[in-house]
This record gives sequence, C-alpha cells and structure tokens, in this order.
Amino acid sequence: MSAVFEQIFQVGFLAAIIRIATPLAFATLGEMFSERAGVLNLGIEGIMLLSAMTGFTAASLSGSLWLGVLAAVLTGMLMGALHALFTVVLGLSQHVCGIGVTLFSSGLAYFLYRLIFGQQSVPPNIKGFQTLPIPILSDIPVLGPAVFNQFALVYMAILAIPVAAFVLYRTPWGLSVRMVGENPRAADSAGVSVIATRFQAVILGGALMGLAGAFLSMAQFNAFTFGVVSGRGWVAIALVVFGRWDPWRSAGAALLFAFVDALQLRMQASGLGHIPYEAFLMLPFIFTIVAMAVMSRNAVAPSALLKPFRREER
Amino acid sequence: MFRLEVRSSTPTWFNFALPLLAIGATLILCSGLIALAGAGVLEAYGVMFTASLGDSYAITETMVRATPMIFTGLAVAVAFRAKFWNIGAEGQLLAGAVASCFVGAIPMPGPLAMVLMAVAGAAAGAAVALVPATLRVKFKVDDVVSSLLLNSVIYYALMALIEGPWKDSFSGYPISPPIEDSANFPVLLEGTRLHLGVVAALIAAPLIWFLIVRTTLGFRIRVTGENPEAARYGGIHVERVLISTALLSGALAGLAGVSEVGGVHFQVMSDISPGYGYSGIVVAMLARLNPLGVVPAAIFLAAVMTGAEAMSRATGVPAFLSDVIQGTALLAMLVALLFTAYRIRRVGVAR
Repeated sequence: MSAVFEQIFQVGFLAAIIRIATPLAFATLGEMFSERAGVLNLGIEGIMLLSAMTGFTAASLSGSLWLGVLAAVLTGMLMGALHALFTVVLGLSQHVCGIGVTLFSSGLAYFLYRLIFGQQSVPPNIKGFQTLPIPILSDIPVLGPAVFNQFALVYMAILAIPVAAFVLYRTPWGLSVRMVGENPRAADSAGVSVIATRFQAVILGGALMGLAGAFLSMAQFNAFTFGVVSGRGWVAIALVVFGRWDPWRSAGAALLFAFVDALQLRMQASGLGHIPYEAFLMLPFIFTIVAMAVMSRNAVAPSALLKPFRREER
Repeated sequence: MFRLEVRSSTPTWFNFALPLLAIGATLILCSGLIALAGAGVLEAYGVMFTASLGDSYAITETMVRATPMIFTGLAVAVAFRAKFWNIGAEGQLLAGAVASCFVGAIPMPGPLAMVLMAVAGAAAGAAVALVPATLRVKFKVDDVVSSLLLNSVIYYALMALIEGPWKDSFSGYPISPPIEDSANFPVLLEGTRLHLGVVAALIAAPLIWFLIVRTTLGFRIRVTGENPEAARYGGIHVERVLISTALLSGALAGLAGVSEVGGVHFQVMSDISPGYGYSGIVVAMLARLNPLGVVPAAIFLAAVMTGAEAMSRATGVPAFLSDVIQGTALLAMLVALLFTAYRIRRVGVAR
C-alpha cells in the first residue's frame, strides 16, 4: 500500500494538480463573472470547445501560439456576446439558450475543424506551449518545480484569481456587476445600465472561457479532439456553486477538483487492484455531484440569477 | 415607429408557424456554411431532402432515426413543463439501453421479453432521473448541472461494463453480447428497418399529450411549472410533482434506449446514442413542449441527420452540418417564441 501511496504523491503530483486546475480556474472565473451579473451561461461547454478549435487552428495556420490564444479569447467573447444578446437583451430562458449556445458552438467547432483539416487518420497536432521556469522562484524546493515551472497560461490563471477578486470587489464596475446580479431594479435607479453591465460581464466571462479552451488545445493536449473539453465546462458551473460565487473560493474549488482528478489519474496509472479505469474517470464527476449536494443547501446564489431585466415592467 | 407590446394570447396557427419560421431561418443561416464548404446550397439541401424524405424507403429510415428522438423529446417536454430541467435524457437513454439489453439477453418467449425489456429500460431511465430530482428537492442542487454531470457518470459506467465484465467474448470488441433473436422487435414492413418501437413512439406521443392536457397529474405538472407558489397555495405537493415528473421523464428517455436496442442495434455499444438525449431538447422546444408537436419536430431532426450524411457523401460538406443546424434551430425557435409573448405594434408618431 505504501508503494502505491508513494507513487501517487510524488513530486510531479503537485504540478499535475496545478496544470489540471488551470483551465478549470479560467472557466470557473468566467462563469462566476457571468453569474454574478445574473446570467447563467450553460454555453460554457460549447464555448470552450469552439475556442479550443479556433485557437488550435489559428496557432496551427499562423505558427504563433499567442495568436492562437487571441483567437480563442475573441471566440469566447463573440459567443459570450451571442448568449448575452439572447438572454440579456431579448430576455430569453437562460437555461435553454445556454444549451442552444453549447449545441451550436460544438456543432460549429466540429464542422469547421473537419472543413479545415479534413478527415485524417492521425489528428494534426502543434508544438504547444513549453514550460517557462521563473528564475529563483523555480528553485524553491517542492513548490518551485510544481508552481513556478509551468506554462505561461498557468501563471496567467494564477494571476487571474486576485485580479478577478480585485475587479469584482474593489472597482466601480465590479460593484455594478454585483448590483445588477443582486438587485437590478436598485442598480437601474442608481443610474447603472443593467443591460450594458450584464452584457460586459457575460463577454468577460466568455473571454475567460476562451482562455480555458486555449489551454486545453494548446498547452495540455496540443491537438484538437472532439473530447478535448469532455464535461469540464459543466464541472466549472458546479464549481461556481461550490465556490459560492467568490473568485478565491471558486479557484479553491477548481484546485480541489483538480486534486481529485490528478488522484484518479495516478490511481489509474498505478493499476490499483482490478478496478476498471472508468471508475476513476467517474470519480471527479461523482465528487462534484456530492460536493454540490453538501454545499447547495447553504449556497446563496445572486438574487437576480436567471431573471431577465426589463425596465418597463415595474 | 414600432413598439413591442405584451401579448395576452396567441392564435393557434402560431404553433405551426413559429417552428416553420425557425426552421426556415435556420436553413438560411446554415446555407452560409454550405457555401463556405464550396458546395451549392440548393444542391446540398436538395440531396438532404431526397435522401431523407425523397422515397418511401428513405422515409422509413428517417422514421427509424426519429423514434429515439420522439421518446427523448417527450421526456424533455414533460420535464420542462414542470420546469424540471432534465438535461440528462442522454444518460437516462443509456441506462434504459443497458437494462433492456440485459433483460433481452435472457432466453424467454419473445413477446414477454419485449415487455420486460420496456419495463426494465423505463425503470432504469426513471431511476437515473430520480437522482437530480431528489438532489433538487432535498438538497436544492441545481437540476441542470446534476443531470448533466450524471450523463458523464452513466457513460463511463456503460464503458466500464462493455469493456469489462459485459464485453462480448465472441467478437472481442467493446460491445455487449446481443439480445436473443426472439427478443428483436418485429419489422413491420418487409425490406425496411421500420420496427415495433417506431409505432410505440407514435402511440406514446398522443398518450403523453392526453396525460399532460387531460389528467390531474398533467394539470399538477403544468401548474408546478407555471407558478410553483400558486401550486403550493392550491394544495399541490410541488416536491412530489417534481419527483413524479422526473420518473415519467426518465422512463420516456429510457424507452428511447429500449427502442434502439430492441429495434436497431440489438446490443449496446459506446456510440449507441449520437446525442439523442440532447437532440430531445431541440425537439421539445421546436414542439413548444407540446407532446403532439414532438413527432414532426423529431422527424425534422431525423431528416436533417440522415440527409446530412448523404449530403456529405455527395458534396463533401462535413456531415457535422446537422449538429450546427440543431443548435441554430434551437436558438432560432427561442427567438421565434418572442412572438408569442410580444407583438410588434405600429405606433402613431405624435404630430
């Protein structure tokens, strides 16, 4: 048993957790901004997939990974704008629109990918992001190689957490976002444009979801496959609830999920008994459902979540 | 000047006009992608139509394809009526397929096997749907997220079965052993694949319509969805209604799996459903959650799917166009539904 234990908790384990947590952190922060403004974005799964595709394609055609990241972010913003158009401007059902955006984006991602790359027996890949050790910091024992010898996008995700917290809690725009998510009527009376603020928050959220997609296809897998996202978007929605709509807690939730995921990967590799590997693949999803069951009773969602705002309806 | 005005009632012809409007808009929007792929738009849509609805054999194939989506469409329509956001029809379908395949592999008289397959499949689907419903009622867990996450759990469970203990020892592929020949659903038309499940789906639709529109349970489901506070005030046990809705919805989705196992595949494999559970959402919305509308909506999506494959072979446009069409149709339908809530009024400009 101790041999298995050692194999699981070796030095690379911490690094793996950070890597797995990165796309989840981006996605979770993105969904959090959207929901704090009162808009549930179930389009996240499809937005991540389409961004992963456009990012990969742009990087592969241009040879520049950062151009790929830019393409992924712009894709995320565009799809965020689409979701905002339907849910914020037209006030349509956030649940069904989100599913619609996911179906549409996924379909478009598959269609365009097949159109551009054709049907190849071996999926094309790119030379993805390489690790970028930070001088001095990466020499710290244990923590150094795990946290400070990572992809540039990982550092961006780590920085994104305090930035998101600062924007949400310390800036006038963040205050507007929280107001339109809690009490749009009051925000409107105070001269805050509910529609514009929600629109901006959903687009910002889309940009972060785009970064999540970019990480998957350009740092983690270095290829676009149809299973590149495989439920991570849905998990992010659960993590927002688990993180109680707070940037720090949400990022913590992403880290916790990544821990479970890294653990199941290690357990798979160590060939623990005769348990089928699918049982381990299930584990993070079951963990998320159970975590939601534990947390949801006391979770307080933004009051105006799911409620469209129309000025004339008083 | 034009102004949006709240509409209190909608004429009946809207039920037909809005889906057609949405489908028309979808086909126009998606023609851009066909052009992008370098094919003629009319030619591509022409091939799609001929291959899916052009002759009697094509029509039977489209009906076979539509059958699981009629079931999942009904499942979603029933659930959404109560505002139970069941996005888990995909997992419920898989559970139904596994359960019915398990029963169908036991030697017994054919008709008995078919009945037991349906019962087992419906029960399995209902059991899966019970999870998000219970989590919502007891723990306030968002049903969308839990039912979505559960789809992945069920999928991996199915994979574990067919790659592990249930793997067909004869073929060596990750597929389940086939059901008994006597349990195969009878083909109703010689030379086609039109099976008993197709008829069952066509019968289920009016039955569910009757249940929703004419029975007490249906009334409770509708009131719970439209106004849970009023429902509670009126003495309806909202939680119990949600659980009943989930059981009904899950059972219907489970039957989609039964029909695929009994009538089409005769065994279970990993790709037994190319997303029929998610397509059910599109079907239900196109049908405006009306069980009778589910049938034409499912036939439309089935025609798009069968047609897209033929179109891909003939013109080189990727068959994934059908996925884009599904997503676009759902969004277009949502926009079209605005016409039920609002009307555009010409307002006289003050002189």
